[in-house]
Amino acid sequence: MTMEVDLAHRFGDFSLDLAFAAPPGVTALFGRSGAGKTSVVNAIAGLLHPDSGRICIDGSVLLDTAKNIAIPTYKRRVGYVFQEGRLFPHLTVRQNIAYGRWFAGHRGTSDTTRIIDLMGIGAVLDRRPGTLSGGEKQRVALARAILSQPRMLLMDEPLSALDDARKSEVLPYLERLRDETRLPILYVSHSAAEIARLATTIVLIDHGRIVMAGPAAEILSDPAAGATFGPRETGAILTARVAAHDADGLSRLDAAAGPLWLPKVAAMVGDTLRIRILAQDVMLALDRPKAISALNVLPCVVREVRADDGPSVLVQLTSASDTILARVTRRSADALALAPGLKVHAVIKAVSVARDDPGQQRATR
Amino acid sequence: MTDFLSPPEWQAVILSLRVSFWAMLLSLPLGIFVAYALARWDFWGKQILNGLVHLPLILPPVVTGYLLLMTFGRQGTLGKFLEDWFGIVLAFRWTGAALAAAVMAFPLMVRAIRLSLEAVDPKLEEAAETLGASRPWVLATVTLPLILPGVIAGAILAFAKAMGEFGATITFVANIPGQTQTLPSAIYAFLQVPGGDDDAFRLVAISIAVAMAALILSEWVSRAVAKRISGR
Repeated sequence: MTMEVDLAHRFGDFSLDLAFAAPPGVTALFGRSGAGKTSVVNAIAGLLHPDSGRICIDGSVLLDTAKNIAIPTYKRRVGYVFQEGRLFPHLTVRQNIAYGRWFAGHRGTSDTTRIIDLMGIGAVLDRRPGTLSGGEKQRVALARAILSQPRMLLMDEPLSALDDARKSEVLPYLERLRDETRLPILYVSHSAAEIARLATTIVLIDHGRIVMAGPAAEILSDPAAGATFGPRETGAILTARVAAHDADGLSRLDAAAGPLWLPKVAAMVGDTLRIRILAQDVMLALDRPKAISALNVLPCVVREVRADDGPSVLVQLTSASDTILARVTRRSADALALAPGLKVHAVIKAVSVARDDPGQQRATR
Repeated sequence: MTDFLSPPEWQAVILSLRVSFWAMLLSLPLGIFVAYALARWDFWGKQILNGLVHLPLILPPVVTGYLLLMTFGRQGTLGKFLEDWFGIVLAFRWTGAALAAAVMAFPLMVRAIRLSLEAVDPKLEEAAETLGASRPWVLATVTLPLILPGVIAGAILAFAKAMGEFGATITFVANIPGQTQTLPSAIYAFLQVPGGDDDAFRLVAISIAVAMAALILSEWVSRAVAKRISGR
């Protein structure tokens, strides 16, 4: 299933004017606060009526202002997971998740048990939302949205109200959802770490306009996107398979670029993980460094050197089929004479690779 | 208990309870509707409706009673219509007392319900819509359950106010023992005769007891319901 969105709307001195397509998987809408992300999601849900636009899911039209079509929210069948959960306080968890399913006419009743298991909320079914932790609330909200049998899931910063511990509690459930259901998911976030972990497609938004859009790995390793993510959050993602857990507490992961050693990851040998390497954690050397404490040294070729406003440059490197980004100072770039085509070695400290929890990804994708 | 009150006094108490009960029950649906309109909708004449609803609160009750008599009396436009078409007579009947009590208590009921409606997070209603609930379903499954404490508080408040209504009632339906003599009218009648103070006092005590019981009950029920819907 694919969703196509084309919207234009004005509120005061802010205007929204964008078009994008969301293929199956997680499409992340990324942009700073006030970029217009929530307005896009609300327009898709029918909670905001844009001045003009067209939205369709697999050819079924939800909105077409040119033809005066605007399907009301309750008939759109889009599951919406809000930032604050919005569970019904007067209903139990069981009644909350039954709510959408009931209006969907009990389609797919057998799903309920599977989704309750998938979200790990079997133990809290008879409790009321007021007694749940933030993470539990969001998992219930997810289950409720999925069980309304939507054609598409909308998630508006579903993790931003949670602290880091709760975030890492919910993230694996989102990954399982992405990998185990065929639903397209539109995921709004201003956290680069979240989208690096979840997104299959990324749409960058600023001031109501699209800056860049494409497959996650491509956008994250594009130096041109560096300005949107910011110097501390820019980083490429690699897909790697867990090859071994060593006795000294490290795990070996095989990426196309070569072997990487990380502090022991919570995954089985053979699992495929998505790891994010922040540009600021990558050092470059012309010769293969010897006698160095960093464990991960990947031979690479420079593809692009992009200067930004600050004292640093972003260097895009390829190693086999993988692409990584490195942020180095202009001075170092000049000293090494970094230019496209140059062969270099990227040095990555093992501990910095594992700074975020590596994300799980099904090998089938 | 029957020794404590003479049969006519007993009659006044029962009549007051009956009048107040029906006044409360029949005005409740309209009260919820008007409160919803005032809290949620923007329409032409909203301020006029708001003013009309609150008018009985600030008008001299005798004026409200007189206006009711003009409208619903046997010679009044609506009164004539009701009698000709439905055979319903309100003037000088207990039903008229119920109408007067309902009109007088209406502002209190609407206020209580409106306040609780304004406290409902519209985001929950949006969430219900995204889950497939049409507007009427959202109202029935989310909005009404959430405003239940306010509805109960408003209803009990209206009941208590109806129990105490005097001015509009006596103007509209007079003070006929066994017909329209409610508790306050009976107290008033006792105070008009020399030596009636003792009789009046017993009814005053009942009045106070009923009013206090209503207030305490309303507090208690709203709190219990509020706890239930707070999600804990």
